[in-house]
Amino acid sequence: MNSHLSKIVTVEQALEAVSDGTHLMYGGFGGIGTPPSLIEGILQKRVQELTLTGNDAGYPDLGAGRLISHGRVKRLQTSHIGSNPEAGRQMMEGRLDVRFYSQGVLAEKIRAGGVGIAGILVDGDLGEGHGVGKQQVNIAGRTYWIEPAITADVGIIYARVADTFGNLIYDKGARNLNPLVAMAADITIAEVEEIVPAGDIDPERIVTPGIYVDYIVKSDGVKREWD
Amino acid sequence: MIARRAAREIRPGMAVNLGIGIPELVTDFVPNDWNVMFHSVNGILGIGPTPSKGHEHPYLSSAGGSPATLVPGASFFDSTIAYGMIRRGKLDVAMIGGLQVSRKGHLANWVVPGKRVYGIGGGAELALYAKRVIVLMSHVTEAGEPKIVKECTLPLTAKNCIDLIITEMAVMEVTEEGLLLTEVMYPYTLEEVIGNTGAPLYISEQLQTVD
Repeated sequence: MNSHLSKIVTVEQALEAVSDGTHLMYGGFGGIGTPPSLIEGILQKRVQELTLTGNDAGYPDLGAGRLISHGRVKRLQTSHIGSNPEAGRQMMEGRLDVRFYSQGVLAEKIRAGGVGIAGILVDGDLGEGHGVGKQQVNIAGRTYWIEPAITADVGIIYARVADTFGNLIYDKGARNLNPLVAMAADITIAEVEEIVPAGDIDPERIVTPGIYVDYIVKSDGVKREWD
Repeated sequence: MIARRAAREIRPGMAVNLGIGIPELVTDFVPNDWNVMFHSVNGILGIGPTPSKGHEHPYLSSAGGSPATLVPGASFFDSTIAYGMIRRGKLDVAMIGGLQVSRKGHLANWVVPGKRVYGIGGGAELALYAKRVIVLMSHVTEAGEPKIVKECTLPLTAKNCIDLIITEMAVMEVTEEGLLLTEVMYPYTLEEVIGNTGAPLYISEQLQTVD
């Protein structure tokens, strides 16, 4: 691959796409699989009023939760904030606008965005009140409501291995939303443990095809302490 | 106590999801050779016993964030597949925590008014689509108020979804007619169970007292 076509960049170069008000989508579940070096880079960049979309609010000092505890987030679309009391506090005080979705619905909205489908049909029995005011559809005697797909300006994801084209393999429970975010963001930045030449990963084992990945950065790693 | 009783609802070869809290303890009471596949919404089928100290993997945990291991035959997948399995009816049993359960089997487990908002998480999808849904919870709140009620006052997670309620005091089935008390747990008495329950209980003719 020509060097001027290389997707491998520094954290600072990759994060040129992130500025005040950016809609940022992140992979990770309870902080596991949220790219630590990119989160640190965004913190250092001191951008404000971000809109975040991701599974949960992480922990105050882990994952995307760090952006919330540092007051950089204005809106959050998520399924769960129970592990981040700071997110709950900011929501109660009206500083953080939180929109909750059922976890599988949120994941599927992101996937729809990633595969170019305009929306999904959600079971009318799911989540009392969530479908109020939304367009309804009847199929075989059951009621569904339409949830629009979600895309974002920038997606930040974590993987174990990337090749130089951006083909990705994930790491155990750190896969979660990462392959979906990779597809749904306009610009996708993958933070990885290891970068290998294109051709080194068996094509049968690739989870995310590199066409979805715009930038690759090498991870500085994260220490996770078990309670 | 609750977890040990709950494990008796699991049969060899089942696919089971365990929610955050008391349900997470159930794995310890299920024999390894039963080949039960524990499903976790963070994208794992085949969660094994808790690892010993120093053998944790940073990216291997339950949905609740506790360190985990894998059993032979385990697999990883993304979140849409984790929920696709649930929606498609592949889970035999889901065990979830509860804040309130009504006599009709409605479940509330995501908002503590004025205190904490956790977010609905994956509870609604598990409650609606698992073949059998079992609530594991304390019988009363910290303030001593019944959590089993005629009508839920907290925001609902899902309606008509609960099949069985297991607490430290009792086991109750949700039936068409209402709640059927089948077991009273030692050292509690029938009177204590009734007195701490906010909904009418039908007493099973085969009522058991369990040690």
